[in-house]
Amino acid sequence: MSTLAVIDYGMGNLHSVAKAVEHVARELSLETEVAVTADARTIARADRVIFPGVGAIRDCMAEINRLNVGEMVAEAMQTRPVLAICVGMQALMEYSGENGGVDCLGLVPGQVRYFGEELRDAAGARLKVPHMGWNEVRQTRAHPLWEGIPDDSRFYFVHSYYVETDRDDLVAGASRYGKEMVAAIAARNIFATQFHPEKSQKAGLRLLGNFLLWSGEA
Amino acid sequence: MGLARRIIPCLDCDNGRVVKGVRFVDIRDAGDPVEVSKRYCDEGADEVTFLDITASHEGRATTVETVGDIAAQVFIPLTVGGGIRTLEDIRMMLNAGADKVAINTAAVFDPPFVRTAAERFGSQCIVVAVDAKQTTGGAEPKWEIFTHGGRKPAGIDAIEWCARMVDYGAGEILLTSMDRDGTKEGFDNRLNRAVSGAVRVPVIASGGVGALEHLAAGVLEGGVDAVLAASIFHFREFTIRQAKEHMADCGIEVRL
Repeated sequence: MSTLAVIDYGMGNLHSVAKAVEHVARELSLETEVAVTADARTIARADRVIFPGVGAIRDCMAEINRLNVGEMVAEAMQTRPVLAICVGMQALMEYSGENGGVDCLGLVPGQVRYFGEELRDAAGARLKVPHMGWNEVRQTRAHPLWEGIPDDSRFYFVHSYYVETDRDDLVAGASRYGKEMVAAIAARNIFATQFHPEKSQKAGLRLLGNFLLWSGEA
Repeated sequence: MGLARRIIPCLDCDNGRVVKGVRFVDIRDAGDPVEVSKRYCDEGADEVTFLDITASHEGRATTVETVGDIAAQVFIPLTVGGGIRTLEDIRMMLNAGADKVAINTAAVFDPPFVRTAAERFGSQCIVVAVDAKQTTGGAEPKWEIFTHGGRKPAGIDAIEWCARMVDYGAGEILLTSMDRDGTKEGFDNRLNRAVSGAVRVPVIASGGVGALEHLAAGVLEGGVDAVLAASIFHFREFTIRQAKEHMADCGIEVRL
């Protein structure tokens, strides 16, 4: 029996993540106990940690700081596999331009920027913001979490801000929406996705399964 | 290649069964919502929308249960609409496993509710559903919004309304043409184009799909980001896969 903690800091719907992980664990015949929790001790003891997030970054960071979630994630990423999703990934960065500018956890070097009002595709057509729907993810490096997932598979995104980093070595996946953006980051025990694997049908479930089988580091 | 246009099958549900009304009147039974959702997901649906048309209070409990059952088995985004009036309604649906809620009548009677909901739960999960009916024809057509399943005119211009809802925090607009809904004559693409051009968020076209060409026309002529249909999929006239292949043949980027 292994344990997995989905960190619940009171922002949005974590049931989708928990349900998808439970489903994948059953399919793989893994005995995994999933806890949706903010309890520091439960998170410290879990074999794997998921750091999700939806909504506005200022509210997220306020709760993350109030509940000391940054410390929990920082500790977990030293020792155990951690999967950060969407705003969870953005919160790992140094700074976000959302809500007039918010300092984030700084666990991964890079920034979070707005897509802009005048986003256009290669043909010049105006692109909607949020970036919502299924986009292709180019696997920029091999990683255990990409195992069995064809390159350029589509995953489900919903976000208006995107991650940028100078550290190309940390980028594990990239997508294009008017501009190049980071779709996935791999930094030691952390794998982070801008897309929602729990909503990305087969490719997403495979990624979650790979996470349950991953022992950390790439 | 980039973002794909979405095909969204819609389940109109009454007391735990999928039904489809033609112009909201003639109701036909189309099966168990959990089974139907799973089939759509397997066929490659990009999202599922569940519209609860149950009137009774007891029926609402069934809806929450059904949403939970769908969410436990279908791992694509799930939107729930119908009777969403309070923050508690939203919380209940999200906790049951919905990813987004569609707000319709409550937005008309209390527009700031949309703002409060978006601030509390995030714009990404707030869809404003708009039922529009054309009131002026000719070269400069106008549309007004209607409430209560399309029965009551609200006296508000549909294009202005959509723009206002986006200002209030709507993350997406679900736009239904009351003139076309249930007719199988195709979308009102003048309406679709007018709204899609007026707002920065994605627009889902709804109402009138009777053939695969109609779905493609929604994107090519209406300029929408997603197309929603119910009866052509429920009664197995076409599979989602066929719909996507047709759209791809028309040069539209889809997830196959």
